[in-house]
Amino acid sequence: MKFTLSWLKDHLDTTATVDEIAEALTDLGLEVEEVSDPSAALRPFRIGHVKTAEKHPDADRLRVCQVETADGMQQIICGAPNARAGITVVVASPGTYVPGIDTTIQVGKIRGVESHGMMASERELELSEEHDGIIELPSGDVGQSFADWLAEHRPAAVDPVIEIAITPNRPDALGVRGIARDLAARRLGTLKPVTEHQITGSFPCPIGVSIDADTLEKAPHFTGRLIRGVKNGPSPAWLQARLKAIGLRPISTLVDITNFFTFDRNRPLHVFDAARVKGDLRVHQAQGGETLEALDERSYSFAAGQVVISDAEGVESIAGIMGGAPTGVEEDTVDVFLESAWWEPVEIAYTGRALKINSDARYRFERGVDPAYTRQGLEDATQMILDLCGGEASEVVEAGAAPDHSRAYRLNAARCSSLVGMDIPEKTQRASLEALGFVLDGDMAQVPSWRPDVQGEADLVEEVARIASLTQLAPQPMARAQAGVPKPILTETQKREQIARRTLAALGYNEAVTYSFIDQPSAALFDGGTDATRVENPISSEMSHLRPDLLPGLLQAAKRNQSRGQSDLALFEVGAVFSGGEPGEQQLQVTALLTGRTGPKDVHGSARVVDVFDVKADAEAVLAALGAPAKVQIFREGSAWWHPGRHGRICLGPKKTLGTFGEVHPKILREMGVKGPAVALTLWPEEIPAPRNSSTARPALSLSDLQAVERDFAFVLDARVEAQKVIMAAQGADKALIEDVRVFDEFIGGSLGEGRKSLAITVRIQPQDKTLTDKEIEAISQKIVSKVEGATGGSLRG
Amino acid sequence: MEDLRDTYLTRIMEAGDEAALEEVRLAAIGKKGEVSLAMRQLGKMTPEERQEAGPRLNALKDEITSAIAARKVALEDAALEARLAEEWLDVTLPGRRGGRSVSEGSVHPVSQVWEECTAIFADMGFAVAEGPQVESDWYNFDALNIPGHHPARAEMDTFYMARAEGDNRPPHVLRTHTSPVQIRAMQEHGAPLRIICPGRVYRADYDQTHTPMFHQIEGLALDKDISMANLKWVLEEFFSAYFGKSVKTRFRASHFPFTEPSAEVDIQCSFEGGTVKVGEGDGWLEVLGSGMVHPKVLEAGGIDPAQWQGFAFGMGIDRIAMLKYGIPDLRAFFDSDLRWLRHYGFSALRVPTLRAGV
Repeated sequence: MKFTLSWLKDHLDTTATVDEIAEALTDLGLEVEEVSDPSAALRPFRIGHVKTAEKHPDADRLRVCQVETADGMQQIICGAPNARAGITVVVASPGTYVPGIDTTIQVGKIRGVESHGMMASERELELSEEHDGIIELPSGDVGQSFADWLAEHRPAAVDPVIEIAITPNRPDALGVRGIARDLAARRLGTLKPVTEHQITGSFPCPIGVSIDADTLEKAPHFTGRLIRGVKNGPSPAWLQARLKAIGLRPISTLVDITNFFTFDRNRPLHVFDAARVKGDLRVHQAQGGETLEALDERSYSFAAGQVVISDAEGVESIAGIMGGAPTGVEEDTVDVFLESAWWEPVEIAYTGRALKINSDARYRFERGVDPAYTRQGLEDATQMILDLCGGEASEVVEAGAAPDHSRAYRLNAARCSSLVGMDIPEKTQRASLEALGFVLDGDMAQVPSWRPDVQGEADLVEEVARIASLTQLAPQPMARAQAGVPKPILTETQKREQIARRTLAALGYNEAVTYSFIDQPSAALFDGGTDATRVENPISSEMSHLRPDLLPGLLQAAKRNQSRGQSDLALFEVGAVFSGGEPGEQQLQVTALLTGRTGPKDVHGSARVVDVFDVKADAEAVLAALGAPAKVQIFREGSAWWHPGRHGRICLGPKKTLGTFGEVHPKILREMGVKGPAVALTLWPEEIPAPRNSSTARPALSLSDLQAVERDFAFVLDARVEAQKVIMAAQGADKALIEDVRVFDEFIGGSLGEGRKSLAITVRIQPQDKTLTDKEIEAISQKIVSKVEGATGGSLRG
Repeated sequence: MEDLRDTYLTRIMEAGDEAALEEVRLAAIGKKGEVSLAMRQLGKMTPEERQEAGPRLNALKDEITSAIAARKVALEDAALEARLAEEWLDVTLPGRRGGRSVSEGSVHPVSQVWEECTAIFADMGFAVAEGPQVESDWYNFDALNIPGHHPARAEMDTFYMARAEGDNRPPHVLRTHTSPVQIRAMQEHGAPLRIICPGRVYRADYDQTHTPMFHQIEGLALDKDISMANLKWVLEEFFSAYFGKSVKTRFRASHFPFTEPSAEVDIQCSFEGGTVKVGEGDGWLEVLGSGMVHPKVLEAGGIDPAQWQGFAFGMGIDRIAMLKYGIPDLRAFFDSDLRWLRHYGFSALRVPTLRAGV
């Protein structure tokens, strides 16, 4: 919402400066977005008087002028044809910035003669396009600021424009008068009274109006009248200047008047060219399928139930939103039908949204126009038409009635203190409400018709506090909900999220935060991309679906980094992924990705290509940090985006997968344009079972005094027998005595032959209550060998 | 005998290495060494002669033995010196990085600030509540006093989820704010209640200062007598702890459908030289929206507005991260540029705590 200072002063008697007004508006909740004050740039320019003007000795068109200025008599060279002795001019002294020519004036020599300043034209000061000569003022004293002179004699030229953001609850502030009322309540001036015009029609209105009975709820009130014999054409300069100042294009007097009321009183109006209206006007709901070319020169088709205004030939106007082109007024309109009506805001919102029309009228009607000003607005606008266009007004035609929104709430003066924490005397509270238009009857406050937002006692508190200014609010300590040391507040999942994040960062990964949405093809590669997770109105096709997994986002991040020349990457993300489009169909995931080498080439030769066992170790480290059980099994047959033979699922039993690690499938890398190798891990922290025991005490530590024995074994196996199988078999040989089994060597092929491998393990045997004899150790060893051989079909390497 | 002593002590001193020293030892006190042979002659002497020569020979043997040991240590020391003089490394070469870490890992600023905020609010008794990012339009709008026709709905640039043919429920939305979590928390826990709700939110907007996804933190405190003055105190305490210096706030009247009265909150700052410095100067920067929870919102959460009242506020995590850590561009938060992650990220072990300062 834009308005000028002088427009505001039509309604507000004030001596406040524009800065004071702007500050008060923002504080009142009418947040100022911009103040443009044309006088600011003009302030350095001062009035001067030309004493003499002689021809320049070396140039016919230049004059050497002696000018009385604020800085005494100065010599100024001027090329304007009207530069002559005796005129009052606008002087830019050296150092002054001249906006129209984007130059700062310097002392200079023009053809050998010194010049100490410049006399300005209107264009140089961006006042108008006038540049035939320098400004000649009819009055003004030497040294007086030109900005002050303009404010006094041509206020429109230096009228500051204020733009404010209006929150949806304040439709009353969409009219300059409503803004003035707030400022007056803040005591920044007094609200000027307005004349309520009453025009007696001199003839019956030839156009009748009606509202269909089934439409009265959506369109309760319609008033109008004909004004015949008007003279349309360009509106007066003051009106044009106002509209231009707030960014509107003047069109014709009649249209400009409707725009004036829209912004002055938040009272949208419509004017029909009466000559082009056939028969009476009828307000009704569209049946569906009717069409109209509106004033924006676009054609609209209506859905059943949308409210329109029709004449004998069909739809002529979209109620409360936009008029139709066929009945619009033109320069030559002689008889005009003026409409002032009130429409149900919800209806306007839905119809406007459906038709995608953003007009000033819709904007206001959907937020709420004063329902009590419909008829009076018609009268006031009629007066303005008669004043500016002449003509003769008919009697008013009226259908329906102004809806009754009258309501009152109890003003509880103590509520302001208990809810806001500001102690404001009751007298002040009542005065604020009255200044805003509330009518107080005892402790009941009757809400003014232009404030649809006030719907309860809390709103009265809001108004009182707002007018008093929330800057007066003093902080008041809030006691702890419970005395003493605060209780821990993080949930188990929140703690797991943080531990996973910081463990991965400690392992050398960089945390990324990628968008929750991703393109359909990428989502489809990861079992997503269906309609269940489709966003109806994405901002681009790159962001059309909710991510089914974190890996595609990280792969895209890897691709972007690779294209910037960064190919050795360790990225991770902790966040939600979406298995469906219903609330709650989201799961916490931790994913980490390694690409390229472990680091740049280095002098120690320690950098190498990343591989599956890097991510396996990191996955195990994170799971350990999260408190997952140490005993897990590795299964294969994970999702299709892993390399089929080079990934493993970390499981608690065959059905509970805590995470997966492995190489990303080469096809996925190709599809997503990522240069390999790329290995990744994915963990599901919520899958880790909660610890069974909530006690902080650790189990007792039992330390054996007896020396442990280690024995090495090597088995020759089929190359696809997994180490896990060998380890489990060996452990099973004696569950009490075998403390640990470790694989320490693997050798494939060679002398063993194709498809064979040798796997070497160390078994640590911990005697429990007595030292083992060689015989006993030998017996255990035998059992280990037979268990492993039995389980794997392999044999002890001789 | 004096000759013998001089000869051998000189030879010991002159022995250049262990082999030469061994040769001298054998020549002097080895089985057939001169001193040993001389001692063997003792038996043939008279008792008087023996009494005189015996101790002298023993002393000589001891002296030679000690001299050899001393010389041996000296030779070893010299050898070590010589070896150490050879053993030189260019210690300016880079160290060997353990494991396979490409470099220092890092925690994203959004995560760091998440933890900073929760640490501060936890101390004031606020728990952390979270909720689904796909929300029903009831939780995202209606329950927050934003009915279907409300202009705020259009202004929020909402992302809607696609609806299957024949499914006539209103479409779900990607939550436009973390406020729906308020409603869920009220329904679950009732009053009194103190929670913060951090999380991802979505709006269909993309330019220099907007991304379609960003992070918000919402606060809610309900009790019998909580006022807006308490809110101001809580926010000033929070900002002062967060920025590590005293920060004043300024409240301005505003409007949000879910609070009444509502206020925009500015924090004190200076704008000198194009950089924003919080907690100094006399400028103000808008950072959050807040107010007293609207009675209709309490009702939607199943809480009796005649009994309970309280405040709510919401601010951008990314935005306060930018302010605190001088990060210029919001869009870069989600671009995962390795250089950015390393520059603006945080060390794994820098866990924010109140005792160390967040």
